[in-house]
Amino acid sequence: MTVIWRRLVVLQIPILGFSLVIGFLQSNLESAEQNFVQPPDRFGFGRPATTTDIEKLDIDVTPAGTGLPPGNGTAQTGTATWNRVCGSCHGPNGEGGTAAPVVGLEPQTGPPTVGNFWPYATTLYDYINRAMPRNAPGSLTADEVYGLVAWILAKNEIIEDNAVMDARTLPQVTMPSSNRFVPDDRTGGPEIR
Amino acid sequence: MADSRQSLPIGSSGGLTRREILVGATGAVSTIATTPVSGQQALETTRRPGRGPNELGQRSQFVRPRRDPSTTSSRTPLQDLRGTLTPADLHFERHHGGVPAIDPDRYELLIHGMVERATIFTLADIKRFPATSRICFLECSGNLRRGTPETLPQMVCGLTSQTEWTGVRLSTVMEEVGASSDAKWFLAEGQDAAVMTRSIPMSKAFDDAMIVYAQNGDALMPGNGFPARLLLPGWEGNASVKWLRRIEVADQPFMTREETSKYTDPLGDGRTVRQFSFVMDARSIITDPAYPRIIEPGWHEIRGLAWSGRGRITRVEVSTDGGANWQIAELQPPVLEKAHVRFRAPWNWTGTPTEILSRATDETGYTQPTWEVLRAARGPRTRYHQNPITSWTIGETGQVLFGADRLRS
Repeated sequence: MTVIWRRLVVLQIPILGFSLVIGFLQSNLESAEQNFVQPPDRFGFGRPATTTDIEKLDIDVTPAGTGLPPGNGTAQTGTATWNRVCGSCHGPNGEGGTAAPVVGLEPQTGPPTVGNFWPYATTLYDYINRAMPRNAPGSLTADEVYGLVAWILAKNEIIEDNAVMDARTLPQVTMPSSNRFVPDDRTGGPEIR
Repeated sequence: MADSRQSLPIGSSGGLTRREILVGATGAVSTIATTPVSGQQALETTRRPGRGPNELGQRSQFVRPRRDPSTTSSRTPLQDLRGTLTPADLHFERHHGGVPAIDPDRYELLIHGMVERATIFTLADIKRFPATSRICFLECSGNLRRGTPETLPQMVCGLTSQTEWTGVRLSTVMEEVGASSDAKWFLAEGQDAAVMTRSIPMSKAFDDAMIVYAQNGDALMPGNGFPARLLLPGWEGNASVKWLRRIEVADQPFMTREETSKYTDPLGDGRTVRQFSFVMDARSIITDPAYPRIIEPGWHEIRGLAWSGRGRITRVEVSTDGGANWQIAELQPPVLEKAHVRFRAPWNWTGTPTEILSRATDETGYTQPTWEVLRAARGPRTRYHQNPITSWTIGETGQVLFGADRLRS
């Protein structure tokens, strides 16, 4: 390599480098504008849930009675289940023990119970079926749950002892506290609610 | 050899050092440990090699923060923490049927109801969605114990913790399944033995709700919902259903036990009950000085946490004279929305018995109320969302005690 060439190369490399950097930045800016990827409306993740998939897990019961299964029970049929499964924690008459009371009608003085606080009878079926008894949740049959619901409602003097609770009758039970619940009215701001 | 029955050498008491024993009661390193010989330890640790690298970091043997567990919850040791992010192993727990052991490879989330495409997502599916991270507090709405003067910050309100959560926006998932524009509520259901269920307004799904799978960058702790949970920033913790197995989209709330019999607020008229009271109001607590500390006269820094479920904390005031006068505390940036923020205020204690308090104000103009104001607004039977101003008294000896008298009925 001649001296002239060497000088040219030494001079040119920084200039070439500078213009490369500028060019790189320019092309990057342009491509960022042009190639920003918009997320899709749908990604296509997951697999379709079949009716069987849904039925396996869909255990909730709504106030309208949606989700209540076939079967039935009365306070009489519920007594044996109560004594066998529930009374040891909630008390022989539902008056409470190591677990909360479920029977009690006096709203001002007593603790909250089904009789003085629960707004929907259907919630009883939903909760007992999903979470009770504590040591074996989900172990009760539909007839046993209907019987326990009837037993608790009868003890709270909401239904008669011989009233049959099933998917048709339970949503029709009006609870003493059905009109007490109001939406949250706290909105922030200076007022304490 | 010295008589060990009389003078037990430090470090020989069955694996626990004397300092660890002293530390045990509160989790904080006690200041009444052995009288140090100045400079001695600084030389000792240089004269033999320390331990090598290991797989999993552990706290110093001299530091022992601990949650305080009951049968249903365990409380964050607020008095032992200095920042705003709660170490995952100290995040509070509250569960209703124990902590399930869920194999992440077999985990599935079902979304159905008023959607175009009922879908089952695996954990890998959920992680494939665009991810987002958010720092926010999570607080149980039953987070107040009034207690006795011998009450730690942890016991007063240790059912609040803060995390950098990572997951997918719930709105992204709702769009993926084609949630109906007529839908107003969705049911969130857990995979624990309580099969925990709460009804959540769809508006929250399209606001800032997330399905999260990471806690401070790591997988969720089992007690905090592993492998995936709902996260509703600023709302009562119970509604952020853990171990999420099912979402059902609907046009009505489901009226589950946890939104009727529990987590509702009977009001002062003796009849009305406030329902779906999700948002956590602004609150603060001084975490230092606090029980069981004994302080000396002179300069101290009053330190604590403030937070609001409605947005940013704009002001924290501190009183060092039982509420007669208030000064503005410094807020440690960044002050994030729906997040714990640290506040600090210098204080020169003269040695005269007094009472120190803090009160928080958020960006809506809401200021944390006194117990009396809260009771006047709510009546005597509310059980949740109790966020009164709390205090610590300082006696002649410098003993700091919880201001339990302020929270008498």
